[in-house]
Amino acid sequence: MDNMIITGMLAAVMPLLGFLIIQAFTKKHHMLSAYVSIAMIAASFTMAVLILLGQLKTPGMHNYSLPWMHIGSVEMNIGFMINQLTSVMLVIVTFVSMLVQIYSIGYMHGDDGFSKFFSFISLFSFSMLGVVVSNNLMQIYIFWELVGLCSYLLIGFWYTKPEASDAAKKAFVVNRVGDFGFLLGIIFLSTKAGTFDFIAVEEYVKSGAIDPNYLTVIVLLLFCGALGKSAQFPMHVWLPDAMEGPTPVSALIHAATMVAAGVFMVARLFGIFVLSPGAMLVVAYIGGFTAIFAASIALTQDDIKRVLAYSTVSQLGYMVMALGVGGYTAGMFHLTTHAFFKALLFLGAGSVIHGVHTNNIWDMGGLHKKMPVTSVTFLIAALAISGIFPLAGFWSKDEILVATREAGMPLLYYTALITAFMTAFYMFRLYIVTFLGKEKGEASRRAHESPLNMTVPLMILALMSVVAGFAGVPGQENSIYNWLYHGEHPHETHFNMPVAITSTVVAVTGILLAFAVYFFNWIKAENLKKASGPLYALSKNKFYIDEIYLFLIKRCFFTIAEAVKWFDKQVVDGVVNMAAFVMRWSGRALRNTMTGRVQDYALVIFGGAVAAIVAFAIYNPAALQLLGGR
Amino acid sequence: MQQFLASMLSQIPILTIIYIMPLIAVILLFLIPGKNQKAIRIVSLVFSSISFVLSILLFFAYDWNAGGFQFVERFDWIPSIGVNYFMAVTGTNVVLVLLTGIIITAGVLASWSLDTRPKEFFILLLLLVTGVFGVFMAYNLFLFFLFYEIAVIPMYLLIGIWGTGPKEYSAMKLTLYLMAGSALIISGILGLFFGSGLSTFDFDRLLTVNYDITFQKIFFPILFTGFGILAALWPFHTWSPDGHASAPTAVSMLHAGVLMKLGAYGCLFVAVWLLPEGAKFWAPTIAVLTLVNIIYGAIGAVAQKDLKYIVAYSSVSHMGIVLLGITAGNSVAYSGAVLQMFSHGVMTGLFFALVGMTYGRTHTRYIYDMGGLAKRMPALAAFFVLTGLCSLGLPALSGFVAEITVFIGAFRTYPVLTVIAIAGIIITAFYVLRMIQIVFFGKLDEHYKDLTDANPVEFTALAILMFFIVAVGVWPFLMMKVIHSSVLPIAARMGGM
Repeated sequence: MDNMIITGMLAAVMPLLGFLIIQAFTKKHHMLSAYVSIAMIAASFTMAVLILLGQLKTPGMHNYSLPWMHIGSVEMNIGFMINQLTSVMLVIVTFVSMLVQIYSIGYMHGDDGFSKFFSFISLFSFSMLGVVVSNNLMQIYIFWELVGLCSYLLIGFWYTKPEASDAAKKAFVVNRVGDFGFLLGIIFLSTKAGTFDFIAVEEYVKSGAIDPNYLTVIVLLLFCGALGKSAQFPMHVWLPDAMEGPTPVSALIHAATMVAAGVFMVARLFGIFVLSPGAMLVVAYIGGFTAIFAASIALTQDDIKRVLAYSTVSQLGYMVMALGVGGYTAGMFHLTTHAFFKALLFLGAGSVIHGVHTNNIWDMGGLHKKMPVTSVTFLIAALAISGIFPLAGFWSKDEILVATREAGMPLLYYTALITAFMTAFYMFRLYIVTFLGKEKGEASRRAHESPLNMTVPLMILALMSVVAGFAGVPGQENSIYNWLYHGEHPHETHFNMPVAITSTVVAVTGILLAFAVYFFNWIKAENLKKASGPLYALSKNKFYIDEIYLFLIKRCFFTIAEAVKWFDKQVVDGVVNMAAFVMRWSGRALRNTMTGRVQDYALVIFGGAVAAIVAFAIYNPAALQLLGGR
Repeated sequence: MQQFLASMLSQIPILTIIYIMPLIAVILLFLIPGKNQKAIRIVSLVFSSISFVLSILLFFAYDWNAGGFQFVERFDWIPSIGVNYFMAVTGTNVVLVLLTGIIITAGVLASWSLDTRPKEFFILLLLLVTGVFGVFMAYNLFLFFLFYEIAVIPMYLLIGIWGTGPKEYSAMKLTLYLMAGSALIISGILGLFFGSGLSTFDFDRLLTVNYDITFQKIFFPILFTGFGILAALWPFHTWSPDGHASAPTAVSMLHAGVLMKLGAYGCLFVAVWLLPEGAKFWAPTIAVLTLVNIIYGAIGAVAQKDLKYIVAYSSVSHMGIVLLGITAGNSVAYSGAVLQMFSHGVMTGLFFALVGMTYGRTHTRYIYDMGGLAKRMPALAAFFVLTGLCSLGLPALSGFVAEITVFIGAFRTYPVLTVIAIAGIIITAFYVLRMIQIVFFGKLDEHYKDLTDANPVEFTALAILMFFIVAVGVWPFLMMKVIHSSVLPIAARMGGM
C-alpha cells in the first residue's frame, strides 16, 4: 500500500464522512451542513490533484485490495486502482462536485431539505469516486448501483411533485434494465475467469481462453450497463425526465459525472472490449446513432433543461462512438472537456431558472442585460460545445472525427459531422432565444443576476471550458495523447487540417443558421417547421419512444400481472379451496353411512366379506382354500 | 475475542438457555394478571432480549475456522427408540438463531401498543419462538419435529384471534397447509429412522448412513415438499399471502421473518444433507419451481394493491431465491441461500413492522388510499425506502450480498434458469419503487395531515432491524465465513464445492 493508494482511499472516503456527519449531527443547521460537505469535497479535490500531479510525473498502475466477502474460491474485494485514467476521473468528479456544491448554497437557499441535499450530494460523490477507483467488476457494480441510488434520491428530491417522483422511479427502473445486462456480463465473465479483478480478468481474456462468440456476448452484456447509465439509445428515456431534479443535480450527476460512468466503464474495460471487434462495432454504431438521434430531438425542445439533457445524451453518444472506433483517448478527452462545458451550461441554466422561475425558453429573452455573467459564461460554453476554435470542445470533438475517419467508417464520420451541425444550431437557438432579443413577459422582467456564490463557479468552469482543450492539442510533446492511452504505443496524433476546417465550417454554419432564424428572422421558424413536415412532429415528440414504452408497460406488462393474479386466485388457490371443499363434501356424504342401525352395518360387513372373497378368487385362487374351498 | 467468548459460553448450556428464556417468560406471564399490561410487555421484552443478546454472543463465539457442530449438549432421553437430547449449532444455525433473536425482540417492541388480550398474545408468541429457537438447534430429528410443531401450532390462534379481515379462513388455510407439510415431514423422518436401521434419530449418526438410491428418490421429495410448503414453494404458496395479510403485525414479522426460514432450513439441512442422491435427482425439477417462485411472485406483487399482499408476494419471490440456492448443489449457492434466509428474515420483518405501523395510522392498507405520507412521517418513510431498496437488491444492504451470492453459485449449475431469475430484479425494482412512490411521495391527502411519525418504541424496533441489514450489507465478510463453514460439508456430500 503506497502513498498513492492511501491518498486515493482518503479522497474516496472523505465525502462519505461528510454524508455521515450531516446525517448524524448537522441536519438541523443548514449552513453548517453545506460547509461540512464542501470541506470534505475540497479535501478530496486536493488529494485528487495530488494524485494527478503524481501520475503526470510518473504514470503507472497502483493497485490494492481489501477483502470484502470471500465464499470459498469466490473472492470479492474492495480495491483501489490508481492509474492515469483514474487520476483524470478523480479530478473531474471532485472538481465539478465542489463547484456545484458551492453553487448550490445559493441555488438551494431556503429549501426545507437543504441539509438533506448536501448529504445526498456527498453520498453521490463518494459513490462516484468508488466507481472511479474500483479495481474489480463486483466493486464497480456495487458503486454503480449506489450512484444510481443517489440519482434516484436527487431526481426525486422534491418528492411532493408527482413528475419528480415519476422521473426518479423511471430513472431507476430503466437503469435496472441496463444493470441487469451488466450484472449478467459480470457473472458470465467472472465465472469463466474465476476472478473479478480487472487486471486478472483482462489477462485471462487476452490468453484467448474464451470462445470469441461468447466473448462478444459478454462484452455486449457489459455494454448494457453503459447503455443505461450513459443514456444511450434505446435506454436514453430516463435522462430528459431526470431534469425534474434540482438543477445543480442535473449539472453534476446528469451531465458531468454519473452519466459519464458508462463511458468510463467502457474505457476501464477497454482491454476486454477491443478483443471483440463485433461488439466494438455495435458500440460504435449505437454511440453514433444516439448522437444524431438525440441531437435531432434537442432541435425542437422548449424546456431549457431538456434541450441540454438531449444535448448530453448526444454528446455521450459521441464519446461512446469514439471508444467504439478505438479512439480511447479521444473519448476520454471529450468526456473531460464535456464535463466542464456541460456542467457550465446546466449551472447557467440553473442561474437563469433561479432568475426567471420558468424553464420555458419562449418565456425568456433579453436576459443578457439582466444577467451578464450568466450570459457570457453560457456563450462560452455554447461555443465550446459547438466546437469553435480554440475552445475545449474543438480539440476533443475534432479528435473524435479524426478517430472515425482513421477507423475507416465514413458513415459514422458523416453522422458525427451532421450531429456537430445540429449541436451548433440548437445551442445557439437556445442561447439566442434565452439571452438575446426582446424581453418577453413578466418572467424576464423580474430577472436578476444570481449571487456571487453562483456566478463564481460559472466563471471558473468557463475558464476551464476555454483552457481544458489545450491539454489535447495534437502533436505536442506533453499532450494527453502521450499520457492517457490504451495499449503499447501512444496513439499517433497529427493535426488533421481538412477535418478541422470541415468541422469548423459545419459548426459556424449551424450557428449562423440559428442567428438567421431566431435573431434576424430572415428565415421564419414557422416555415422551417412546415418544410420539415412530419420530421418536426417526430422530433418534438421524441420519436414517440416514451409512448411505445408506456404502451408496453401498461398494456402488456400489467396485463400479464393481472393474469398472474387471476391465475393465483382462481387456479392455484382454486385447487386448494377445491381440496377443502371436497373434504367437507365427502365428510357430509359419508356421514350418511353412519346411520346407527345395526342392520346397515351388518350389510356392509357382509358386502365387504363377499368383495374380499371375490377379490381373492380373481387374484389368488389358491387362497380360497383357506376359506374351505376346493 | 472469539476464543474468549467461546470459552465463556461453553461453561454453560448456552443453547438451552437461549431457547428456554421465552419459555420462562411464558410461565411468568401465566402468573401475571392480564390487567397489568405493562408488566406483561416488560417481561416479554426482557426475556426475549436476553435470548437476543445471547444469540449475538453465540454468533461471535462460533469458531468458523473449525466449523462443524459446536456448543454441543447431548444427553440420553429415550435411548430405546433413539430419541436423545442433542442440541448443537453450526454456522448456519448461529445465524438463524441470531435472526430469531432479532425478530422476536423487534416483534415484541412492534406489538407494544397491542391492547386486546396482550397476555394471551405474548404467551402464544413466545411459545412459538421457543419452538423456532429449538428447531434451529436440535440435531435429533424427533426433538427437531417436536420443536417444529411447537413453532407452527400457535400460529392458528394468533391469526384467528388477533387477525384482521377474513382471519378465520386465513388461519384455517394456513394451519391445514402447514399440517399437511408436517404430515409429510413426519413420514419422511420416520422413513429416515427405519431406513437407516440404526434405530436412532440422532442427526450425526444418520449422516453416516448411505441410503439406498431408490429410497432417496422416494423420500427426498416427501421431505422437501413438506418443508417446502413452509418456505412457500410454488405452487404451495397461497397460504402465505392470505396468512400474512390477516395476521397481526408481530405475527407477520415472525411468520415471514423466521417461520418460512424453518422450511428452507429443513430443505437444506434435513432433505439435502441426509439424502444427497435424492437431491441430485430432483434438484433440476425443483429448480424450475423455484424459478416460478421468483418470477411469478414478483409479477404477482405488481398486480397487488394491498401493502401486505405486495410484501407477501415479494416474500414468495425472495424465498424462491433461497430455494434456488438450495437446489444448486454447491457451497457458494448454499451460502447465498442461508444468507438470503437471514437477510430476507430481517428485511421482511422490517417490512411487516412498517406496514403495521403505517396501517395503525392510516387505517388502510390499500395503496391508492395513501399518498405523500413522507411529509408527515419522514422517519417511517426513510425506513420504508431503505427496506424497499434492500428488497430490490441494492448494494450495501444485505439483500444484494445474499442474492448475488446465490446467483453466482446457481449460475454454475443452472446458467439459463439463473439468467431468468436475475431478470426478476427488474420486476422487483418496479413494484417496490411503485409502492413507495404511491404511498409516500406525491401530494399529502388532507385527512392525513395529523399523522404522527414513529414513536421511540417503534423507532427502536425498526432501528434494531435496520442495523443488521446495513451491517451485513456493508461488511458481509464475517457472516459469510460463518455460514460458508457450515454448508461446505453439505456441498461435499453433493459432490460440488
